[in-house]
Order: sequence, then C-alpha cells, then structure tokens
Amino acid sequence: MIINGVEIEDTFGEAFGMTATRIVITALTDRWARVAGETMTGFATSVIGCGAEAGIESEIPPDATPDGRPGVSVLLFAVSGEELTKQVERRVGQCVLTCPTTAAFAGLESEKPIPLGKNLRYFGDGYQISKRIGGRRYWRVPVMDGEFLCEELTARTSAVGGGNFLVLGCSQEQVLAACERAVGAIRRLPNVLLPFPGGIARSGSKVGSKYKSLMASTNDAYCPTLRGLVDSRLGPEIESVLEIVINGLGEADVREATRVGIQAACELGAAGGIRRISAGNYGGKLGKFRFHLRELLQ
Amino acid sequence: MSRLVLTLREPPAHRIDMGAFTPDRLAGLSAEDVRRIPLWHGRRQVPAGDLFQVEGTDAEQILIQAGSDRLDGIGTGMSGGEILVEGHAGAYLGREMGGGTIRVTGNTGLLTGSAMFGGQVQVEGSCGDFLGAAIPGERRPMRGGFIAVHGNAGDRVGDCLRRGIIVIGGNAGDYCASRMGAGTIAVLGTVGDQVGLGMRRGSVLLTVEPRLPPTFNANGTHYLGFLTLLTRSPGFGAGPFAAFRERGTRARRWLGDLGYGGKGEVLLWS
Repeated sequence: MIINGVEIEDTFGEAFGMTATRIVITALTDRWARVAGETMTGFATSVIGCGAEAGIESEIPPDATPDGRPGVSVLLFAVSGEELTKQVERRVGQCVLTCPTTAAFAGLESEKPIPLGKNLRYFGDGYQISKRIGGRRYWRVPVMDGEFLCEELTARTSAVGGGNFLVLGCSQEQVLAACERAVGAIRRLPNVLLPFPGGIARSGSKVGSKYKSLMASTNDAYCPTLRGLVDSRLGPEIESVLEIVINGLGEADVREATRVGIQAACELGAAGGIRRISAGNYGGKLGKFRFHLRELLQ
Repeated sequence: MSRLVLTLREPPAHRIDMGAFTPDRLAGLSAEDVRRIPLWHGRRQVPAGDLFQVEGTDAEQILIQAGSDRLDGIGTGMSGGEILVEGHAGAYLGREMGGGTIRVTGNTGLLTGSAMFGGQVQVEGSCGDFLGAAIPGERRPMRGGFIAVHGNAGDRVGDCLRRGIIVIGGNAGDYCASRMGAGTIAVLGTVGDQVGLGMRRGSVLLTVEPRLPPTFNANGTHYLGFLTLLTRSPGFGAGPFAAFRERGTRARRWLGDLGYGGKGEVLLWS
C-alpha cells in the first residue's frame, strides 16, 4: 500500500488495556485553566516511570463547563484503578488545588467511581463545606484566594494505551514536520491522548536489554546510527524515525486517531522526504489490541 | 392506560390522610380496588370511592382534582412516579418522600416535605410553616431532594434541615433556617426575623438584606463558584427561579450561628 508515495508497511501497532479518567479543570481565565492542566499532566509520558500517562485533551469554552468558566479537559491513563486513584489525588492535590482560581470536576460518568475531592477536602481542616447539587457532591475547601471547588468523585473507564505508528524519512527535519502534522490532526479528535513530549516520541523501545536490571531498551532495529551493526529495519535512505504513541478511551478512538495521524503524516509524501509508515509491536504476544495499518487505512 | 384521577366529590368535612394514594402503593390496582381503599373520615372509616370519583388505572401518574387544604399527607413515602394536585393540599405533603415528583397548583399546609429524602416537590402557590422541617419532637427533617415554592413560605423554613435544596420565589417568614444542620435554602423575596438562629452548617441564599441574630459575623464579599452549579441545576431554571441565574457568583457573606460553631452561612447576592 502506497499513500502519496509513502509505503504503508504490512504490520500492526500493538496496544494494551489501561484504565483512564477525565477531569475538567476550570479557572478564572483560560490561561490559568491551561496552567493547571499542564502542571498536573507534567512528567506523565509513560506509566513505566511516571505512574500515569496524562495530558490536556482539549480546551473547553465557558458555556460548556460546569461552573461557566473557561476550562480544560484532562485525560489520565494508568495501569490499574488503584494506581489511577493514587495519581489523580496526588496530581490534583499538588497541581490543581495549589493553582490560583481553579476548580475541578468529573469529566466521565461510569459505574467505577474514584475519589477526586473526597480526600482532598481534608485540606480544609474541618472548614470544608459539602454541597450536593443535582445528585452530585461537591466540596468547597477554603483557600487563600477564596474557595477551591472540587467534585467529590470522578469515574474511571477501561481504555486502550500504546497504540502507535512510526514515521520513517530522509531527515530529522522532514520526519519531525510530518509528525507535527499528524499530532495536529490527532489533537482535534476527542477521547485520545498523545502522552509524549509534543505528542511525539523519539526513543521507541524494545522489550529487554543486555543489562539485567532494564526491562526495556532502545529499539536498535530502528536506530539509524546502528544500521550496519545490528539487524536493522531501515533502508539506506532512512535517516530518522519518530513514533507517535496514542492512548484512547476506546479501541475505536485509537483506531481513528491512528488513521487520521497516518494520513496527515503522509501529506508531505515522498517528495517531502517521508518514505515509510511502520508500527511497533511485540508479535501480538503482549497487547490485547492490534491496529493493522493497511486495514484501517482502507 | 390512562392516569389515575381522583376527584373530590365535595369539600371534605374532616381531614383526610391521603398517604394511601402513592404510585408505589397503588401499582397494579384497578380503579375498583382504589375505590375500596378504606379512609378515615372523622370517626368513621369509609371507602375512598365515597369521597372521590376514581378513574383511570395508571398509578405512575396520579391526578388529584379539586384538592382541598384538608387533604393531608399527599405522596407520603413515595419513591417514584408523579402526583399532580389541582388546587390546594393540606399538611405533610411529600412526607418521607424518597423519589418522584409532586406538583401542586395551589397552596400547601404545614410541614410540606418533612422528613423528605429525595424527589421533587413543586408548589405553585404558597406553603405553611415548617417547610422541609422536622415534626416537633421528631429528629428527622428533610434530608435530600428539592422543594420549589413559587409563592411565600411560613415561619421556620428548613428547621433542622439536614440536606436538600429549598427554593422560595416569594417571601419567607421568621426563623428561616433555624437549627439548620446542612443543605441549602434560597429565597427570592424577603425573610422575616432571626434568620439562621441556631444554625450549625448549611447555606441560606438571599436577595434582600436580612435581619440576622447578633450571633452572626460579617465575612466580606466573595466569588463563590458553587453558586453557578446551584443555579444551573434542574429546578432553578423554572418559573420565578430563573432570576437566580442572573445574579452571578459574587455574594456578601455572614457566618453563624456562632453559638453553634458558626459554620453556617447566609449569603446576600449582590
């Protein structure tokens, strides 16, 4: 399969089951909502080292937020409900509660609730006020700029993490440009998150390492500087490879994001130095979900 | 199936306990079964059919026509469905109600919504004293749900209130929110004397400056985000209460009753 001169490899991206939640953060201005969202989703690129994968899903206009102020929607993914609970409380407690003028609300409904303000309320030292409005419970915690308003619970849902595709091209600049296009297109979609910096990862990994203490190490088959030394998957014209990792609330969301992302990356085409689209997998042994590139682009 | 309609044959000479006529209790009964339900009328027990014309079978929706202020306990303990009262209703409307909706086009008597813990009560007229309060001597006040009164309310609105929301489109009498433990009371009109006397927690939202007991302290003016959540909630958008939405989130605040911990709040929407 060739799109705009770019070869779509006959392979699949492998993804794993995760658990996820959405939180809506509002503030006096869109700037401060964004600051809170960015802060609470900092250092959240991979569950391996960060405990959670998180990012801002979208900005929300005032007329669509619970309290009528500008807001952002944040997605958090973790490997288990327990870890997600821990990460939500820690991140909201340290990064949203502390951020001027913010409020936090549940962005998901499901039968699996997790605490949002349920324990953070104790920061109020007994002066916190509970309000039950429209069947939901909110906490008003007195803070120095007024009140921190926080919904008691949010909800978690099963999700998909680690969907991915690789962009292979003739130069760093060209591959980065193609990936930026893909990121721009994917970020317009709901329910998906690109957890890596700017949505793009350069350090794709393989399972295992020559060092016993490491579970994963560099994906040598796709490192252009190891061509000729290892069993490389790169042709002579490939100088750079970047990966886009996609988490989504559902399999269909990841599938659609992968499709939209690859199409955007291929817009520059062979003329723009993009040669091949591939994907990372473990032979289908580890992940529950497979996204066959050619299948989803048909 | 058509809704169940109870029409008073004539204004009753005595008070009638209407607790038997809820969607839960009448589910599956025919109109004839409903007519046979015994009701106390003075010293005598009479079949409901002697006092009411009964038509229809769908007890999920009950219409009580030509209501009277002697019809007490309408909707007692109901957990779902809908009761519409065309005319007035008596005391204890919606008592111990856990779900469903009651709408009254006229006035209601004493203790509307007492011990209620869910559902919605809408009174298009006015209501008597002790709205949403505990019956004297009883420890169970309103503990959840939503009561909207388009007209005025009497004294002791929300006495001992534990949870739930009461909104009043007109005026409220004396001792509004007395001994309140939690919950929310909003009044569009004026309130009488001694608002919040003995209040421990909870919120009273007003639009006219109140005469507070001396045991309340001024707390300043604040932006309170929860007011948006409250005024956007279902129930606040209807009838006279839509005016609340235009009030914004800035409010003058008093804390009290300081004799009881002082964690209650009286807010004056500026």
